[in-house]
Amino acid sequence: MLGGRLDAAGVAPLWPEARAALAAQSGRAVVVDAAGVEYCDGAGLAFLVDLLRQERPAEAAVRIVGLAERFDRLLAQFDVEQFRQPLVRPVVDDSLLHRIGLASLELAADLKTQVAFIGEAGRALAAAARSPGRVRWGDALAIAEEAGVNALPIVTLVAFILGVILAYQSAVAMRQFGAEVYVADLIGISMVRELAPLMTAILLAGRSGAAFAAEIGTMRVNEEIDALSTFGFDPVRFLVVTRVLAALAVTPLLAVYADVVSIAGGALVLLSFQVPLATYFNEVFTLVGMSDLFTGLFKCGVFGVVIAGIGCLRGLQTGSGAAAVGISTTRAVVSALVLIVVVDGSFAIVFYHLGL
Amino acid sequence: MSSDLIRVENLTVGFGGKSLMKDVGFTVAAGEVFVILGGSGCGKSTLLKNMIGLYRPMAGRIFIAGEDIVQATGDGKRAIQRKFGVAYQAGALFGSMNLIDNIGLPLEEYTGLDAAARELTARMKLSLVGLAGFEQRMPAELSGGMQKRAAIARAMALDPAILFLDEPSAGLDPITSAGLDELILRLARNLGITFVVVSHELQSIFTIADRVIMLDKRQQGIVAAGTPADLRDNSPNPWVRQFFNREAP
Ligand SMILES: Nc1ncnc2c1ncn2[C@@H]1O[C@H](COP(=O)(O)OP(=O)(O)OP(=O)(O)O)[C@@H](O)[C@H]1O
Ligand SMILES: [Mg+2]
Repeated sequence: MLGGRLDAAGVAPLWPEARAALAAQSGRAVVVDAAGVEYCDGAGLAFLVDLLRQERPAEAAVRIVGLAERFDRLLAQFDVEQFRQPLVRPVVDDSLLHRIGLASLELAADLKTQVAFIGEAGRALAAAARSPGRVRWGDALAIAEEAGVNALPIVTLVAFILGVILAYQSAVAMRQFGAEVYVADLIGISMVRELAPLMTAILLAGRSGAAFAAEIGTMRVNEEIDALSTFGFDPVRFLVVTRVLAALAVTPLLAVYADVVSIAGGALVLLSFQVPLATYFNEVFTLVGMSDLFTGLFKCGVFGVVIAGIGCLRGLQTGSGAAAVGISTTRAVVSALVLIVVVDGSFAIVFYHLGL
Repeated sequence: MSSDLIRVENLTVGFGGKSLMKDVGFTVAAGEVFVILGGSGCGKSTLLKNMIGLYRPMAGRIFIAGEDIVQATGDGKRAIQRKFGVAYQAGALFGSMNLIDNIGLPLEEYTGLDAAARELTARMKLSLVGLAGFEQRMPAELSGGMQKRAAIARAMALDPAILFLDEPSAGLDPITSAGLDELILRLARNLGITFVVVSHELQSIFTIADRVIMLDKRQQGIVAAGTPADLRDNSPNPWVRQFFNREAP
């Protein structure tokens, strides 16, 4: 006996009761009298279908009688048989071995695409060098502004803090030997050669590498990349070259700026340790040579290319759906950080052997 | 208060201070299938998004079941929005969930149904729009028309009293689109659900529409209102008559 309003609020408490009642009557035919039903929406229909779909022997079938015609017409839309089959969830092999195998295959495939991408990007860059007129300089300039000029506030903040902390901590230690003035050398060398390029690269990876991946990834999801290719545009030339060139241009500039800001931050700290500005800067300029500056900047150029390249590659590799853009962005940042460390380490070895 | 379920008064909508539609007013009665018609870019989707409280109109009031959605904020607004379901022009399915979960999400949040009941309800909604067998697919793995139909199924998830559909049959083949028309009629006639549908398909408009308003970009307003047959035969505006006669049955 059923009555009242069969909507979500009405059936929610009824449902488990009815299932239990049916189970209790498993051997006998059940007739549900639905004459009292005043209203029956989608949830109500689901409830009725659930009663009808129970697997029972033929002589113990469930029947619904007396349902008003307008609801019966809605119920008739559904093929009860179809809802007897449970949804089959696709089976995935979740064993550790299987996952390790999959991950290694993925890694190998990823390395292959990275190598292929380096080739493709290199070819596109070479083509750009041969005919610079065909590069979309307007786009490149806008990207350079976004990745470079708009990064100035965060670079200022981080570089300044880094300079201050480094200066303060080493000055406290050096004071015991009365050697505060050598803090200038420490800051100058470590910032110009190592820390400023590294910090700039990490900030660039977080800001622009992620942005490139998200932007190109969204274009992939919206089929814009497909549209580009069917117009005969090479997505690498169209999207990657501009970004790589922009990053190549701005990263060293940002690093020089970070050098200046962090050394200035150090100067402020040393001022409070009674080291005059003139002494400090004199020390910095005599010790930090052009070779230090240029090795730092050269590294930065490579960082810029690598970060922009991997950001674009991850963007182009985006699958479908909004979640895929998030995955690409994450992968872009992680890959960029890994590559920064690898490149930095390689440079340390090379510079050591070159005696730079 | 009148018996109109939706009442739009002196509505002006637009973007950035420029109006698309000025001083528009109309009402939709409960259980009615109400169609909004007009050229591409005349502001149908914009009107719809104002009616469902996503955009704030430049002027005017919109009452849904007696409550003004323009003035409402926060929980009050969400309570009004619970009364209707919306299928957006571009589908707008949640890309990180399969179809069952897309429909199950509002059921889980707003009803006391248990997991098995929710799953069956969601499966039945999908079968209504002809998507039985695709329950576990991700939206990105569906064709454009299938995404559209899944979005309609999701709009119906909570069995709302009002359904807003933005071009439900655009991009569907004639047979699927006729099936959709039938579904709309069945729900309207048997459950008294009110439909506000943006549509261009004359065939479908003549089948489902109780009343139509026709918007025009240049006049920034409603150029015709009435039943489709009325507009075809008696509109004083020759252009409207011509439009409805073009391929009318
Ligand atoms: N977010 C927005 N910002 C500014 N202008 C917009 C925005 N969305 C739409 N428009 C403009 O408003 C106008 C109406 O757009 P709307 O999407 O409402 O058209 P429509 O009638 O639904 O067209 P269609 O039939 O092509 O879907 C268009 O001219 C469009 O350029
Ligand atoms: Mg539209």
